[in-house]
Formats: sequence, structure tokens, C-alpha cells
Amino acid sequence: MAIEGVEIVKAAGYIGAGLAMGLGAIGPGVGEGMVAAKACEAIGRNPQEAGLLTRTMLVGQAVSESTGIYSLVVALLLLFVV
Amino acid sequence: MGLEVETAVKIAAYTGGGIAMGLGAVGAAIGEGYTAARANLAVSRNPEISGDIFKNMLVGQAIAESASIFALVIAILLLFMNTGTPTMLKAAAFLGAGFSMGFGAIGSGIGSGYPGGEACYGISEQPAAGSQLTTNMLIGSAVCQTPAIFSMVVALMLIFIDFGNVPLTPTWAAFMGAGLSMGLAAIGSGYGGGLAAGASCEGIARTPQTAASVTTIMLVGQAVAQTPAIFGLLVSFILMFKSFPESSALATPMALLGAGLCMGFGGIGPGIGNGMAAEGAVRWVARNVEHANDLMRIMLVGQAVSQSTAIYAMVISLVLIFVV
Repeated sequence: MAIEGVEIVKAAGYIGAGLAMGLGAIGPGVGEGMVAAKACEAIGRNPQEAGLLTRTMLVGQAVSESTGIYSLVVALLLLFVV
Repeated sequence: MGLEVETAVKIAAYTGGGIAMGLGAVGAAIGEGYTAARANLAVSRNPEISGDIFKNMLVGQAIAESASIFALVIAILLLFMNTGTPTMLKAAAFLGAGFSMGFGAIGSGIGSGYPGGEACYGISEQPAAGSQLTTNMLIGSAVCQTPAIFSMVVALMLIFIDFGNVPLTPTWAAFMGAGLSMGLAAIGSGYGGGLAAGASCEGIARTPQTAASVTTIMLVGQAVAQTPAIFGLLVSFILMFKSFPESSALATPMALLGAGLCMGFGGIGPGIGNGMAAEGAVRWVARNVEHANDLMRIMLVGQAVSQSTAIYAMVISLVLIFVV
């Protein structure tokens, strides 16, 4: 099977997209979970502040999400653009 | 090097069996070790009821062991079963089965150690709640084993189902991707479910009267934590059962392998994260049961956000399977 250069590039792109999104999903998953856990603890300690604590949690999780979005963008680029 | 098909199938079966048992032993050993460590602390704290603690430790460890027993079963099947007519496709399927069971047993093994350990320690703190603790430990550990069971189902399917006359390329990559997708995604869910179950045992030991609320939120939290493993199972089934047209390009099998890696790895983080969120919620429902509803709500919101990267990973996987 004679593999063309173009073929190898495409194949590598697909594996790269898979690894980029796959590995990139690990960090935000764990990080956002930690945020949610601590938010639960905070609300357990101080239930009156539930609204403020929920908002803080969501903002913190959004920041943690950013690297996940970068991974998604790179994966889509590798799939469709490169 | 001309590799005969029979030899290749045997190589794949033995390698797969080795991976299945080797990786499958890791999780259960760590989990049982954690249970024993907490049991030791419990006995040192309260030596008079060491009998109860010891019994509870053995029961908890038995459940954690089940993940590695699944792996042993798959390994023995791969080593000794007569597989019929050897084809290269079978070789890929056996390797995929090994990955699926091997990786899949890690998370469940470690996770099942947490409820066992916390139940043992809880009995030393609150001997009157002993039977409640044992019950909760059994429920939590059982849910925690479900990713390992999914992994075993996928492994058995890859070993036993006759997929008929499908073309070798790219289906070899689909089978390996199926194994990776299920096995890797099960790691996070198994571990995360264990965190939630451990916190529930600790909470019930602290305040036995809140046992019902604690168990409820533990089950809800564990259910959400299992969803990455279910995504992995879904992608695994699609890869196994979709018929792919024959293709001599290198890109197509690599896309399917990439899909398996993507969903597999992508399930790890959100599984762990959802478990952490559930752990926090369960721990604090035990301490503040009047606000159980608030805690349930914020746990679900937090878990939903944490789930998002697993959904991105599933989208990319499906794009790799269906679009490119």
C-alpha cells in the first residue's frame, strides 16, 4: 500500500483532532468539578448566600472552560480547515 | 515479514489478555488498599468493635475486587478460547476488548475503595449506625461498578460477536476505537462515583438521621457522574455496529481511531469532576440537611457545566465517525 504524503497528513490531522479534544477535556472536567464541590460546601456553610455563591461558581467554571474551548477550536480546525 | 493470520490473531489475543489483566488489577488493588487503611485507623480508634469493622472491610473489599474479577474473566477468555476461523479483524477486536476491560476496571476499582473505607471508619465513630453504613456502602459501591460492567459488555461483544463480512480497513480501527472509547471513559466515571459514595458513608456516620437525604443525593450525583461512561458506551456501539465502506486511504481508519481516543480521554475529566461535585454536595447535605434542595440544585448546575467538555468530545467523535 503506497501511502501518499497527503494521506499521511490527513490521517495525522484526524488523530490529532481526536487527541486534542480528548485530552483537552480532562482538565476542565476535573477543575469545574472541584469548583462545584467547593460551591456545595460553601452553600452548606452559608445557605443564605446561595445566589451569590452560584454566580461565583459559574464565573469560575467559565474561566476554567476556556482551555476546553481552545481544544474544541483546534480540533475543528484540524478536521475541517487544515 | 509475512505474518500469518493465525499468528497475528494469537498475538493480539495474548496482548489483549495481558493488557486486560494488567491494567484491571491496578484499580481494585488501590481501592482495597484504601479500604484497609481506613479500617486500620478505625480499629485503632475503637478496638472493641474491631470484629464489625473487619467484617465490613472484607465485604467492601469484595465489591472492589469484582472489577478485577471481570478483567480476569476477559483475560482467561482471550488466552484460552478457541476463536474459530482467524481473521485480521478478529485480531483488532481482541486487542480492542483488552483495552476496553483493562482501562475500564481502573476507575471502578479505585472508586469502590472509598465507600468501603469511609464505612469502616464510620462504624468506629458511630457503631449504632453500623447496618445503615453497610447498606449505603453496598449501594454506593454497586453503582460505582457500572462502568466496569459496561466495559466488560463491550469486551465480550468484541470477542464473541461475528461481525460478518465487513471490510478490514477501516473496521480494524473501528474495533480498536470502540475498546478505547469505552475503557478510557469508564475511568473517570468509576472514580467519580466512588468519591460520591465515600462522602455519603462519611456523612451518614456523622449524622445517621439524615441517611435518606444523603442516599438520595448520592444516587442523583452518581447517576450524573456515570454519564461520561454512557457517552463512551454510545460511541463504542456506533463504532462496532456501523458499517463502514471499504477504503484504502490511511485517513479513514485514523479518523475512527481518533474518534475512540477522543471520546475515551474526554470522558475521564468530567467523570472525575462530576464525582467531586457530588462528593461536596453529599458531604454538606449530611451537615446541613434543611438546605438539601439548594445543595442538590447547585450540584446539578455545577455538574452540568463540568459535563460540557465531555459533550464537546462526543461531538468531535461523532464528526470523526460520520462527517469526515
